[in-house]
Amino acid sequence: MTQTAPRPATTARASGAPIDATNAYVSGRLPRWAAPGLTAASLGGAITVMALLAAAGAIAEFSLVLAIAIGTISAIVLVTAISLMAEGRRAATNRFMIALVISAFVLALLPLVSVLSTVVLNGSARFDLEFFTWSMRSVIGEGGGALHAIVGTLQITAWATLISVPIGLFAAIYLVEYGRGPLARAITFFVDVMTGIPSIVAGLFAYALFVLIFGEGVRMGFAGSVALSVLMIPVVVRSSEEMLKLVPDELREASYALGVPKWLTIAKVVLPTAAAGIITGITLAIARVIGETAPLLIVAGFTSSMNYNVFSERMQSLPVFVYTQYANPGTDVDFYLERAWTGALTLIIIVMALNLIARLITRLFQPRVGR
Amino acid sequence: MDTPRRLISALAVTAVLATSGCAVNELNRGDSDGPLAGTLDGAGSSAQSAAQEVWIAEIQNANGRLTVNYEPSGSGAGREAFIAGGLDFAGSDSALTAAEAEGGLGACVPGTGAINLPLYISPLAIIVNIEGVDALNLDAATTALIFRGEIRQWDDPRIQELNPTVTMPSATITAVHRSDASGTTKNFTDYLAQAAPDEWGVDAADSFPYGGESAQGNSGVVNAVTNGRNTIGYADASRAGDLTIAALKVGDEFVAYTPQAAAAVVEASPLEEGRADDDLAITIDRTIALPGTYPLVLVSYVIACREYLDPRDAELVRGYLSWVVSDEAQQVSAEFAGSAPLSPGLAARVLAAIEGIR
Amino acid sequence: MTAPAPDQAPGAALPGEIEAVERRGDRVFSRVAVGAGTAILVALAAVAVFLVAQSLPAIWAPAGSFRGTDGTFWDYVAPLAFGTVWAAAIALVIAVPLAVGIALFISHYAPRRLAQPLGYIIDLLAAVPSVVYGLWGITVLAPATVPLYEWLAENAGWFPLFAGPASGTGRTVLTVAIVLAVMVLPIITALCREVFVQTPTLHQEAAYALGATWWEMVRMTVFPYARSGIISASMLGLGRALGETMAVAMVLSPSAIISFAVLQSENPSTIAANIALNFPESAGLQVNALIATGLVLFVITLIVNSLARWIVSRHERSLESR
Repeated sequence: MTQTAPRPATTARASGAPIDATNAYVSGRLPRWAAPGLTAASLGGAITVMALLAAAGAIAEFSLVLAIAIGTISAIVLVTAISLMAEGRRAATNRFMIALVISAFVLALLPLVSVLSTVVLNGSARFDLEFFTWSMRSVIGEGGGALHAIVGTLQITAWATLISVPIGLFAAIYLVEYGRGPLARAITFFVDVMTGIPSIVAGLFAYALFVLIFGEGVRMGFAGSVALSVLMIPVVVRSSEEMLKLVPDELREASYALGVPKWLTIAKVVLPTAAAGIITGITLAIARVIGETAPLLIVAGFTSSMNYNVFSERMQSLPVFVYTQYANPGTDVDFYLERAWTGALTLIIIVMALNLIARLITRLFQPRVGR
Repeated sequence: MDTPRRLISALAVTAVLATSGCAVNELNRGDSDGPLAGTLDGAGSSAQSAAQEVWIAEIQNANGRLTVNYEPSGSGAGREAFIAGGLDFAGSDSALTAAEAEGGLGACVPGTGAINLPLYISPLAIIVNIEGVDALNLDAATTALIFRGEIRQWDDPRIQELNPTVTMPSATITAVHRSDASGTTKNFTDYLAQAAPDEWGVDAADSFPYGGESAQGNSGVVNAVTNGRNTIGYADASRAGDLTIAALKVGDEFVAYTPQAAAAVVEASPLEEGRADDDLAITIDRTIALPGTYPLVLVSYVIACREYLDPRDAELVRGYLSWVVSDEAQQVSAEFAGSAPLSPGLAARVLAAIEGIR
Repeated sequence: MTAPAPDQAPGAALPGEIEAVERRGDRVFSRVAVGAGTAILVALAAVAVFLVAQSLPAIWAPAGSFRGTDGTFWDYVAPLAFGTVWAAAIALVIAVPLAVGIALFISHYAPRRLAQPLGYIIDLLAAVPSVVYGLWGITVLAPATVPLYEWLAENAGWFPLFAGPASGTGRTVLTVAIVLAVMVLPIITALCREVFVQTPTLHQEAAYALGATWWEMVRMTVFPYARSGIISASMLGLGRALGETMAVAMVLSPSAIISFAVLQSENPSTIAANIALNFPESAGLQVNALIATGLVLFVITLIVNSLARWIVSRHERSLESR
């Protein structure tokens, strides 16, 4: 992780004597509290003005979102304008871009908070022991659980990962370490094309493939894994390729200079160095497919009972569970919706846990790099 | 191994053990000793999904060694899978046609064909969400014009005329239809095509023919109507929730939706011509002017073979479907899935057809 | 002296050169790598064959055989193709600048200790399944955008993009594009973050030593180094946006039209959403028609990716020593 030191606090005058840059009156720079202060003032001002207008009846209602939006924009404009006058064009551009970057981050938090709070609020109703120990077999209306779906999702995703990661990783190794010719160019190009396959088409393809082998009406969890791996492989290849490309050549050449064969260099030097990024990519790929409904609905099917065998018969999965509970409720719609939201919450928790585990593994097994 | 690796291994083992535990509600599957044993696979109409869940739950409780799977994959997908031979029975909002069955049916003895059994009757409702209006009367012609986009305001004189006691607001109508192809749309457009052919202008179709706001699934339409303002839509009556349901003009009076009125229409409708006696595909007559009939109804069929290649399948199908057509099962699905129970006359004919399955 | 080159033909050493020693481990490893790459191509070829075989009956079908239109297959698929590209384009226009900004914030502005937790927070967005985004879009986002759309239609309605009347439920292409942007944001951000972090410290400190401000340092050292990574990340995000099924199917209010207005009730549908909406009720030729639209999407992805690669190859300056 690169993090350069903050800028020095002193600059030199033309005569060589240092100017104290913290003194706002002589340094030609705004004091440190200027930008945060102006931002706070803008936001507060916008909220107050809007509240006053709403109270006076000039506008229909007080919208906090609108007030904050106006406050943010006026803060950015104010800071940039004042900086332009006091510090010059380069510094003003710098402040403007920093403001944009911070706003981008805050903006991304809004949908995140909204989605997560919606899921947590709606999903906590059924977050009980029954949900995690029951299936939906012979359950009418109230009650029941999603154990069959949880087991199904874990098994199907595990097999999808087992298929995708070796193929994807070795393809990335080929592209970066070995490939120079037309095969490499073709693989890179078509991997990009593969990212655009809609999930439902991947499901239809997996179904057609298994029908060829097993005959009509086949449903199995493993077919779902194959469909998901069609979606996972491009993500794994792309991200691993970028991470492997970033490993400095000096490391490879040092290893060769010591007489280490190429395959050992890749296995013991390049891969561990890129491990963190590769594991991030794999986790991204898993997160991408674990929530896919359409292919699993077609090829792994729908069932209310437990099924532990991923190679035979229908297997329920969490996204299919969530979708069917939402789309096909009975007369007591609330019971079904509650189960759907709790299923969604469970899915998010599973992905978060996988994320955490991945980062733990990275931290434990990563070689110390001097950055 | 050092401590972190040991910790991780312990956690992994725990996780594996935790997820391989049995579901609590499946631990005593073998306790109940009914005569049926085996696995039955069906798929198709999602309209029947909630009802099938309830029927399956009850029969599995009585027969511990029986497992029935019903996938709500859609009527078209269900029919295709049944024709290809991957299912024991299919659920479908439209009957299997002779043309579809022409190429042979995978699960049936060749030459014996399949039968359509009407086992699920669901009333549809026209749901509205209008500011300040609690009850609404509509007739087929006005409905057709609203959904076609020709009537655009709620205070249009044609609507006001049907509702003399209600003050309609002067607001734009937002008509919501189904964005996905469905049997609900097919039955709704069939009602408009039969009862108001000049105003509607086109034939029945499972994909809504005109433009406007649309949403996916019954849940989507109900959502859109609930969250919008001055909206109108059509959906399964059991999903209407707190929304106002319009009363439809039949003859000279306005009929509100009730399960009995819906079943009455099906009872009074003729069977499709050119089919065998045990193939009970119904052509719903939505122009019947009998009092107490509600014309906006969806009939969903279960498609089964007359003769199965495997006689054990026939026994299971017979056993399951005789349960489904029974009065008790129809009442249970009325309670939990919002369907209209089959009228006794129709139920008797269906039972006769089921008993002929070999 | 030559470096080890296992993909050179054996016995091809030029006179005067020392032939490299090829160990068995090298041979096995390189063959596995080539095998993996070929397996991907084979899988993709299989998908293409499947798509073409299933699509042909629909492409050759006479006019009037398709839902919602009286024309041939191409009249059926044209609005869908337009809608797919349009929604994905708007989504990327929203997502890519945001993602780059967020990645910059995490890698170069935030205190180092916060970088991992902040990255983790953004990755939470990727943990949400698409069904949940669909549900969130319908219940939270669409109703919230209705006042904004009405204001836009009233005040900016002269601009063709914002032509009214605004949809009363907010389930428009713009809302769908926002949902898609939120869905692809974590993918692009995570990849960009990893790439930004690898910028050589020497370059960055050299920029500071020359008196550059923070932004100038980023522009001079980080961006050129990360350009190909940003494009890669955007391509991944674009792929996701083009192929997203459930969220679009649940949130969008579709019609079979080609229109640039983003605020109205009638919006062009996307190919993936159209397949999801119509597949359950389709039989026979209609299934072939849906798979044929999937083939068209395949071709669109091919074209868009070629375009992107061509743009990148024209402007890319390689700073690496490869």
